[in-house]
Amino acid sequence: MAHVESLDAELQAAYEPVIGLEVHVELQTDSKVFCSCPTTFGAEPNTQVCPVCLGLPGALPVLNRRAVELALRAALALHCTIPPECKFDRKNYFYPDLPKGYQISQYDQPLGVNGWLEISVNGEVRRIGIRRVHMEEETAKSVHVAGGTHTLLDFNRAGVPLIEIVSEPDIRTPEEARAYLNELQSIMRYMEVSDCKMEEGSLRCDANISVRPRGTDVLGTLVEIKNMNSWRAVQKGLEYEIIRQTRLLSDGEPVVRETRHWDEGRGITRPARGKEEAHDYRYFPEPDLVPLALDPAWVAEVKATMPELPAERRARFVRDFGLPAYDAEVLCADPAVAGFFEATVALYPQPKQVSNWIMKDVLRLLNDAGLPLAATPLRPEHLAELCRLVDQGTINLTVARQVFEEVFANGRAPAEIVAEKGLAQISDESALLKVAREVVAGNPDAVKNYRSGKEKAMGFLVGQVMRATKGRANPELATALVKKALAEQQGQE
Amino acid sequence: MAVTRAEVEHVAMLARLSLTEEEITQFTKQLNDILEAVRRMGEVDTTGVPPTMHALDQIKNVFRPDLPRPGLAREDVAGIAPAWAEGLFVVPKVVE
Ligand SMILES: [Zn+2]
Repeated sequence: MAHVESLDAELQAAYEPVIGLEVHVELQTDSKVFCSCPTTFGAEPNTQVCPVCLGLPGALPVLNRRAVELALRAALALHCTIPPECKFDRKNYFYPDLPKGYQISQYDQPLGVNGWLEISVNGEVRRIGIRRVHMEEETAKSVHVAGGTHTLLDFNRAGVPLIEIVSEPDIRTPEEARAYLNELQSIMRYMEVSDCKMEEGSLRCDANISVRPRGTDVLGTLVEIKNMNSWRAVQKGLEYEIIRQTRLLSDGEPVVRETRHWDEGRGITRPARGKEEAHDYRYFPEPDLVPLALDPAWVAEVKATMPELPAERRARFVRDFGLPAYDAEVLCADPAVAGFFEATVALYPQPKQVSNWIMKDVLRLLNDAGLPLAATPLRPEHLAELCRLVDQGTINLTVARQVFEEVFANGRAPAEIVAEKGLAQISDESALLKVAREVVAGNPDAVKNYRSGKEKAMGFLVGQVMRATKGRANPELATALVKKALAEQQGQE
Repeated sequence: MAVTRAEVEHVAMLARLSLTEEEITQFTKQLNDILEAVRRMGEVDTTGVPPTMHALDQIKNVFRPDLPRPGLAREDVAGIAPAWAEGLFVVPKVVE
């Protein structure tokens, strides 16, 4: 089938996509889920392994209590029901990244069921159901060398705790899928359950998608899409698959039930080869682990120590700081940014002004630098001080922006940078008047235009004063003094 | 509910076992005998008895604290690998 760009409006109106997402999230414990090996990301290959996570005969797993608590936190944050007891099962399949020949997972008794989260797309709030949250162990990382004859394995990742979060098929568009992932990532970060870095693989997403005639309740043939390794890939993979399946249906052709891989290079999905039989996982209870009782008192304790949810924080930002809903959404997406906002407002109680700085400048610089806030030297004290320097008239907004970029880069105090570079606003009337006189004398055309009633010429003349002072002139004073210089000139004629 | 030869072949394939025709015949019979024994156990009335999920199902919640400890030395890991290159296990190529 040829690559298809988009669907016409008629087909879009006739068919409806039905999407469910399966998201794997690595839990941020210090040690692995069934052994004591460290979980540090980026260590030299095969330096964080032991008989348990290598699957050596006779080695026995012992459950990490912290991993259970983080999984419970995640399930509770997603409004799941926690059963009084659950257990672990073996999921059997043969693949080199799984040395035991099975993955320890949870099958018919997951840790959490029947939850939900809310997403907002184009101002419309929708609730997406969470079918289940279960615990399992991470597999080893395989490295396939292009054109090579072998596969290479690093077992550092094997046994890192994971949760799998399975949504109900409640998602209808790629945009909603994106919003769902954003909210899920936000929640996991707020709960300090996971750092959810898709580029490091600590959050991964597979999708189940079918298409049906709009207005019907029956589900179409389900296709699973794997290998979507970025936010963009999820969006593109879903868009492609919706078009492919809609075309097939409208041409009266069957959709094959299969697993497909997103091919980033070609921008298409293609059938995964082989492994169909791998869907027969022959689950059975894991005899090496005893059942897990989720005592209500323990669950209540986990719940009581849970941090605030992003939705709660957004509501609080609107209520307590009087911010627009949009600002609250942008600021609260990343808990570190939201915390930075609150710390700055505590020092400089002008929430909207602080919000503007963060949305316009902080987020832009973070995005350009590709860094999380914690990795920069920027502190709330810096932004508060900068805002005060503007309020006091020491610097104007244009200069403040330049100073801010420098603070962001090297973490020096704004007042220090202003003093050292001589960036303080020129409010000295005699010095500025001298500049204004020179500008008026040097720009006869603009002066003529102004005198003939062209108000815009004033803006040009003030701009020349700003230019001559390298942006340091107090703008109101500069305007007043240009007018004064013009009057003087007229008086001399 | 007899196990067929085809099912034995399928299970053998999942377990990566290569069986001869005679073995398939032998295992088909043995598996059917086992299932017959299980069927007879199924005749016992177990109404109200919860399923035994684990031989030790009175013991619950065996945990370890989240404290990392060093694992094996890399040379020892390399020593048990069938093939090893630059700190990594080398295995036959897997088709994705
Ligand atoms: Zn280990």
